[in-house]
Amino acid sequence: MIESMKAGTMTSERDSAKLFASLLIFWIMLNGTLAIDTLIIGVLACLAITYFFRDSLSYLTDFKMTPQAFVAAIKYFFFFLKELVVSNVRIARIVISPDLPINPGIVKVRTKLTSPMGRLLLANSITLTPGTLTVEIEDEWYYIHWVTADATDIEAATNKIVAGFECHLEVMYG
Amino acid sequence: MQTLLDIIGGILLVSGTTFLMLGGLGLVRMPDIFNRIQAGTKATTLGTLLTLAGIGFMHPEWSVKLLLIGLFLLFTNPLSSHVLARSAERSGVDKTPKTRIDAFAEDHGDPS
Amino acid sequence: MVDMLIYLAAALAGIAFLMALYRFVKGPLAYDRVIAFDVMTIITITCIIMTAMITGRGIYLDVALVYALLSFMGVIVIARYLERSS
Repeated sequence: MIESMKAGTMTSERDSAKLFASLLIFWIMLNGTLAIDTLIIGVLACLAITYFFRDSLSYLTDFKMTPQAFVAAIKYFFFFLKELVVSNVRIARIVISPDLPINPGIVKVRTKLTSPMGRLLLANSITLTPGTLTVEIEDEWYYIHWVTADATDIEAATNKIVAGFECHLEVMYG
Repeated sequence: MQTLLDIIGGILLVSGTTFLMLGGLGLVRMPDIFNRIQAGTKATTLGTLLTLAGIGFMHPEWSVKLLLIGLFLLFTNPLSSHVLARSAERSGVDKTPKTRIDAFAEDHGDPS
Repeated sequence: MVDMLIYLAAALAGIAFLMALYRFVKGPLAYDRVIAFDVMTIITITCIIMTAMITGRGIYLDVALVYALLSFMGVIVIARYLERSS
């Protein structure tokens, strides 16, 4: 996962600025104040971190700054929350039922996304929705452990697991 | 008004800890490591998020910090379960006999 | 009413912790123990935040945040170590 992410990383001023902004927002939320002394410490710390880790990724690295992308991000968030609750209830029902109706398997799926950050978010979303767990990523291929493996061939599994998240992430990251 | 918020918060709190308990039950009942990761870490993630939301209703002045803890869990939990699953798969841990297909072992040869 | 809900929530979290502890003691593999440890950590974070709510002291929220950070690092390090040693 790390190896495949490094290949597509591009160093640029813009990415550094985005990393700095997300760090500073995190700092302000953590402190909960806008007092001038905490702000100065935060700016200094964030500058240092941005300088030393300018090759690393942040969640905004490949984000397209277009209105469609923001709308897609909001839609993606709510779709994700819905999936999280629905699949949690499904797993809970499996755990409660006495005969434990599981049907596990590791399936292979393929993604259309090209940006490393989009791929990382897709993998994280797949992992967070219960029932599916990303085991390994190799370029565009994901190996996914599935508690109820209904479809074992690549096309059908891709449609069932990946397609819902992918259509939003494609607009956000490309 | 305050009591209404408290009651909503209490109900969210109880549903969150119910999911925590189901996650623990899944951890005990599931037959192999991958299924345990699935049942254990995911159910507890939703449980913790619901609990955070419930406490946010009870103490609205803490909601920014609670949101921060929730976002942090949301971003780190899938990473740790992914790293664990990858490490288990690469070192060839035995899977339950119920397993139907193992595309990873087919493509990479049996690691054990 | 609200007090009853809080007691019920605390009891459920305690049961969850005991079940994770069962898996932690029983094993059988090191991986099972790491997963049980991870789940126990998440339950502990919930308990710390509930403590913050009951005592009304917001400083415990920072404790919970730092605990989440450290346990995440711990699980990743143990997983890498297990992968190399096998």
